[in-house]
Amino acid sequence: MTGPAREREGHRPSRTHPAKGRKAFGNRDGGRLLVLAPALGWLVLFVAAPAAILVAIAFADSDPGVPPFRLALSVAGFAVLAEDTYYLDALLTALRVAATTAALCLLLAYPMAMGIARAAPGRRVVLLALLMLPFWTGFLLRVGAWIGLLRDEGWINSLLQSAGLADAPIPLLYTEGAMLVGMVHAYLPFAVLPLFAAFLRLDPSLGEAAADLGARPATVFLTVTLPVTAPAAAAGFLLVFIPAAGEFVIPELMGPPEAQMVGRVLWQEFFQNRDWPVAAALAVALLALLLVPIRLFQRLEARP
Amino acid sequence: MHGPLRSAGPPMLLRAEALTRRFGAMLALDALDLEIAEGEFFALLGGSGSGKSTLLRIIAGFEAPDSGRLLLDGHDIAATPPWARPVNMMFQSYALFPHMSVADNVAYGLRRAGVARGDIAARTASALAMVGLDGFERRRPHQLSGGQKQRVALARSLVMRPRLLLLDEPLGALDAGLRERTGFELRALQRETGAAFVMVTHDQEEALALADRVALLDGGRIAQVGAPRAIYERPASRFVARFLGAANVLEGQAAEGRFDSAEAAATFAGAIPAGTVAVALRPERIRITADGAGPNTAQGVVEDVAFRGDDSLVLVRLSGGATLRVAHAEEDGAPPERGASVCLAWDADAVVALAS
Repeated sequence: MTGPAREREGHRPSRTHPAKGRKAFGNRDGGRLLVLAPALGWLVLFVAAPAAILVAIAFADSDPGVPPFRLALSVAGFAVLAEDTYYLDALLTALRVAATTAALCLLLAYPMAMGIARAAPGRRVVLLALLMLPFWTGFLLRVGAWIGLLRDEGWINSLLQSAGLADAPIPLLYTEGAMLVGMVHAYLPFAVLPLFAAFLRLDPSLGEAAADLGARPATVFLTVTLPVTAPAAAAGFLLVFIPAAGEFVIPELMGPPEAQMVGRVLWQEFFQNRDWPVAAALAVALLALLLVPIRLFQRLEARP
Repeated sequence: MHGPLRSAGPPMLLRAEALTRRFGAMLALDALDLEIAEGEFFALLGGSGSGKSTLLRIIAGFEAPDSGRLLLDGHDIAATPPWARPVNMMFQSYALFPHMSVADNVAYGLRRAGVARGDIAARTASALAMVGLDGFERRRPHQLSGGQKQRVALARSLVMRPRLLLLDEPLGALDAGLRERTGFELRALQRETGAAFVMVTHDQEEALALADRVALLDGGRIAQVGAPRAIYERPASRFVARFLGAANVLEGQAAEGRFDSAEAAATFAGAIPAGTVAVALRPERIRITADGAGPNTAQGVVEDVAFRGDDSLVLVRLSGGATLRVAHAEEDGAPPERGASVCLAWDADAVVALAS
């Protein structure tokens, strides 16, 4: 994903004036518009329209009927969010868990990306395939596998007990640790891929030049490798952070009951409390919060 | 880590003994021996796959030899890691750190060596002044031209005051106009710093123009080593004669101070030792004459003429079948027309006997 940004390097004017470039392109070639039409239609139907509906519900009044809201211009939903710290806590928990997940992913992704990029080309394909392999099996299946490993009667506890290392099952599942394991497992490739691309592009003579000037391997990593790959690391962090903040399934199936992440609270408000305006207001608040890192991500992508 | 200059040391700085390096089935260095003296400008010249880059990377410490010894001041450094060697390298791609300013790039090695802060600033400034880049301290590498990047890379290695500076194709990435000037500047810097410079290049003109001594590498071995004029004028083998300045190489039979070449339909007289298998004749040593006979002359037909500014390159097909490259100087008048029959003559001392 950092690839296209790099290809654009040769055309500086179009990158510094993106709006101008887009306009000229639209006027000149109607055929291209035709090609873009399905994508545009998709965006309008499945992104813009649902977002508009969501915003409309967020400003609606709650109603016991079907649908459970009446269109209005009320800020009651947002007022509930502001009054009850429960919702703020849910948002903050989500941000904290997402940040922890993204940080853990980066920690794992650095050695993985470096190893894959430095492998011989034939082997690199195999390693990349192994990285992507989990994506080819069902997501719920993989969460189920983790549950099988971590639950009280699961493999890990049986192994510990038969080895005499534990007398009673150690509670592993339904802990914050289990939730983070599941999240890291699900989102790790998003952190590895941008870093892998960065390591592939990294001029090996940079590290050699640093070593030649007296830097030991650890110093080479800290003073050259890390700063040069930092934009890719930031991209990987955000690619994990943004979806992880709204994650619902993994906290629900693996997390502790008290971990009220925003995804779970949203689910409860929509389907259990049936208070759609509050749920929609919460979703809008989450979206607004995530716009900041999304914007950051876009700026990183546009860097020279 | 860079030791003080020794006042009375052996003149030999670096010695390679039977260095061998294999990459799979390819022999990159084949028991190569080499000596580089203190303070000399040495060029490793060769085509791709000749082993010149492998040799440079072994001296820098990025590659380890499979066997053989590499002695710096008499100590074997083959197992010393690159960060602990008093040797610095200027990379072909320059390898400037893109996230650092020019000043931070130059100061990088001094910081690693634990030089005091004030000294770092002073040495960085003087290194940048030496390459004519004062005032560029705060620029980033992407704001520099190719020539400026090259100077920063040079300043970054020279600021370490290495006794041996390795240069990988130092002029390779520069425009033609900049090459000549930068070449002279490299030599001036080498004299100024007193460091030994070892340059890798595939360009024989560059090697001959800059170096005190040139080693021509072929297949991981040194084909010939010597002063530029010596190896240019007295190539030891067909390979050296052809690589340096595209001499005419003619096959034939040696017999008692003469060399008979059937493909030239000519007899070469001169210093022809027994065991000569071919002779080399430089294009600029051949004269085009109206007529001639006897040894050191040949007859042929002009195949093509190319004007080159200060001379014209004339291709002459000899009656024996070989084609000679003849440089016809402008002051000798107009070159012959294509298709003209010409006589060629050369002096006995222009004939270089080749033993292999």
